[in-house]
Amino acid sequence: MASRDDIKFLSNPTIGQSRKKYCRFKKFGIKYIDYKDSDFLLQFVNEQGKLLPRRITGNSLKYQKLVAVAVKRARHLAILPYVTDLLK
Amino acid sequence: MNHYEVNFIIDPVLSGDEIKSTAKVYESLLKDNECQIVHVNEMGLKQLAYPINKRTSGVYYCIEFSSLTGGIIAKLELALRRDERIIRHLSVKLDKYGVKYNDDRRTGKITSYKKKEKKKVDGDVVAPVAPAPAPVVAEKPVVAEKPVVAEPPVVTPPPAPVVAPVSNEEE
Repeated sequence: MASRDDIKFLSNPTIGQSRKKYCRFKKFGIKYIDYKDSDFLLQFVNEQGKLLPRRITGNSLKYQKLVAVAVKRARHLAILPYVTDLLK
Repeated sequence: MNHYEVNFIIDPVLSGDEIKSTAKVYESLLKDNECQIVHVNEMGLKQLAYPINKRTSGVYYCIEFSSLTGGIIAKLELALRRDERIIRHLSVKLDKYGVKYNDDRRTGKITSYKKKEKKKVDGDVVAPVAPAPAPVVAEKPVVAEKPVVAEPPVVTPPPAPVVAPVSNEEE
């Protein structure tokens, strides 16, 4: 008997099923965003060092604002660049 | 009681003693103004993300302190701004979460992002799904192929020895 695992699909059936976005700060209970942790903040900027929109990161409004403040502080302290290319 | 954090970057051209004395100046300034210093974090020489005053690196310091009034901040910032040895500074007021975060960080409950990354991968939806199908796929072929695989080895070894002696004899 062919079970579900034996069926081979010509195309990947998981393509097109968008995973539900979530706010990682709410989900993992992160209350404070450290502006000195550059590796963490790199998740919220694109390759040019620009802030990514909520549409992509999935952050809730409250935490997106805190992320924006943290990134701006990091830029002031030269932990993150204001403008670059190939940041990641 | 308000908690504050002041960050400053010291010119790396200075000698090691001068850098330390510069940091001490601000520690004593805070102490003289009835502030309690919670922690002094020397982050050391770090590469700047962009050049400031033609310097590409700087010595980072972060002093966390608590004070009853915020009056000290204006004095501190003025002193920092007038100091030529400081290339950049930032003072921040910490909320209760910030204070807790810094405490946890010092006691080692929270580490830098590198470790968090592993946790995140575990918690992610992708990671549990990916390993799960792998065992299932691995088990099934083994069950199905075992009888099939078991036979060929029995068949194949005999020819191999036969071929080997032949080649030996020819040589």
